[in-house]
Amino acid sequence: MSAVSIPFADSAIMLRRNLKHTMRNPTVVFNAILFPIVMMLMFVYVFGGAFNVGEKYVDYATPGLIVMAISYGLGSTATAVNSDMTKGIINRFKVMDVSRGSVLTGHVIVTAVRCLVADAAIIGVAFAMGFRPAASALDWLGAIGLVLLVSVAASWLTVALGLAAKSVESAGLATVPLIMLPFLSSAFAPAQTMAPGVRQFAEYQPFTPIIETLRGLLSGNPPASQAMAAVAWSAGFALVGYLWAVSTFRKRA
Amino acid sequence: MGVRPGTDGEGMRNSDIAVSGLRKAYGDKVVLDGIDFDVTAGSVFSMLGPNGAGKTTTVNVLTTLLKADAGTVRVAGHDVASETREVRAAIGVTGQFAAVDELLSGRENLRLMADLKRVRSGGRVVTRLLERFDLVESADRLASTYSGGMRRKLDLAMTLVGSPRIIFLDEPTTGLDPRSRRTMWEIVRELVTDGTTIFLTTQYLDEADQLADRIAVLDQGRLIAQGTPEELKRTVPGTHVRLRFASLDELDTAARVLAGSTPDDQELTLRVPSDGDSRSLRALLDRLDEHMIDAKEFSVQTPDLDDVFLALTERTGAEVIAQ
Repeated sequence: MSAVSIPFADSAIMLRRNLKHTMRNPTVVFNAILFPIVMMLMFVYVFGGAFNVGEKYVDYATPGLIVMAISYGLGSTATAVNSDMTKGIINRFKVMDVSRGSVLTGHVIVTAVRCLVADAAIIGVAFAMGFRPAASALDWLGAIGLVLLVSVAASWLTVALGLAAKSVESAGLATVPLIMLPFLSSAFAPAQTMAPGVRQFAEYQPFTPIIETLRGLLSGNPPASQAMAAVAWSAGFALVGYLWAVSTFRKRA
Repeated sequence: MGVRPGTDGEGMRNSDIAVSGLRKAYGDKVVLDGIDFDVTAGSVFSMLGPNGAGKTTTVNVLTTLLKADAGTVRVAGHDVASETREVRAAIGVTGQFAAVDELLSGRENLRLMADLKRVRSGGRVVTRLLERFDLVESADRLASTYSGGMRRKLDLAMTLVGSPRIIFLDEPTTGLDPRSRRTMWEIVRELVTDGTTIFLTTQYLDEADQLADRIAVLDQGRLIAQGTPEELKRTVPGTHVRLRFASLDELDTAARVLAGSTPDDQELTLRVPSDGDSRSLRALLDRLDEHMIDAKEFSVQTPDLDDVFLALTERTGAEVIAQ
């Protein structure tokens, strides 16, 4: 086996381990998929009628809910990463000739896959509720690419948070900001309609350009400047998350 | 110290673990204060010491988990600091706390090890280990449902996947019931028969006595004695003959007749210092015969490792006070 293929093979083995964990704990997956759908039903059928967004509310809210579905499932990843570090199994991996990063990449890939599954579910439900995007095939491709990028970025950041947390409980709490941030963005209502202060925060926080880009792509006219900001934020988060995770892992492992 | 130092005449070729001048401190606290030892390939080396003596720190350095502050450590012929990968490929480690994946079954845990170590025909290796460790019935249950003893067994089984050449066992029987302890001992003996080198830490003297070819006693970061169990026992004077009598009268007479003896009036026993060889024993029995004294019980007592350990650690305790 060559020097390059060892980390890949190790990551594949770790990925299989993490997938088994996820399958053993179906409530986590169910929860991560169900909660955004419940949110969707609430916003579209309960609150949405009162919001004036200039278009059909389901068309407006779906991009926000797609991002929400990504961040909602992260808590379990942080918990899993942290319990890997605090339970004995990591000591076994550390004294084996196993690629160091494989423990982390396994978690990242499983988390990203879970995000994509949740997003597929939310888009399916959206269509059932009358979501009719004007996106072309190319726009869809762009949207999927962005969702993938955001998922990977959020996964690395979550893995880092999980590694940095002192205990399993605090690891779960560490991802709460990632779940709360979409509420303070243009996910459910345009930023211009918000109170001063909140409005500036919503305009400048990372989820707004991401959601706006997604919204633009799905409605068939992607905004270039927002897209740049969205990609920059995501790439930045991925990089910071990755570097933070790796250095924390080295320190703890 | 009276016990010969760690190097055997055979030289480096035969040593699977070679440690010299190993030091490790956490801030001001010196955990390992320059220790040296050698472990011959295919032997069991036991490091004995009370809690906090530095046993686990030693294991962590030897297994590449921790960097030493000073000294050289070679494991399987490779330097632990610069040839970490080679060392890792040659060793198996079972720590104090069972390192099993609780969300996987016993079989899956073993399979994971087989995959990571690229063991060919992993399925067969896994099945054989499950049988050997008597885990077949619970093989497909999650490890989180296992009892403490079962987890330790699974943990050791995971260590054995891929047949590592050197195995480190850090207090492998702490907290196990007597039967699981025996099983663990049997497994260690089997491994040695197969030519595996074993580094074992323990707080139990009988365990070291049962298993080890050589013992090193670690106390406050220093090796205060090294040798075979017999050599260590010989360092403590105390082989004696114990006689039990039927009456106090007989005990008193015997105590007067046998020089240097100490009677115990409660137990009706007499402790007589002796070399324990046949000549001195015959002399002792002849002496009893001359005075027509009849002992009900007769036994030769050699010091056990507990005596050795207490004597050694007391001695260093006194040194510390003297400083």
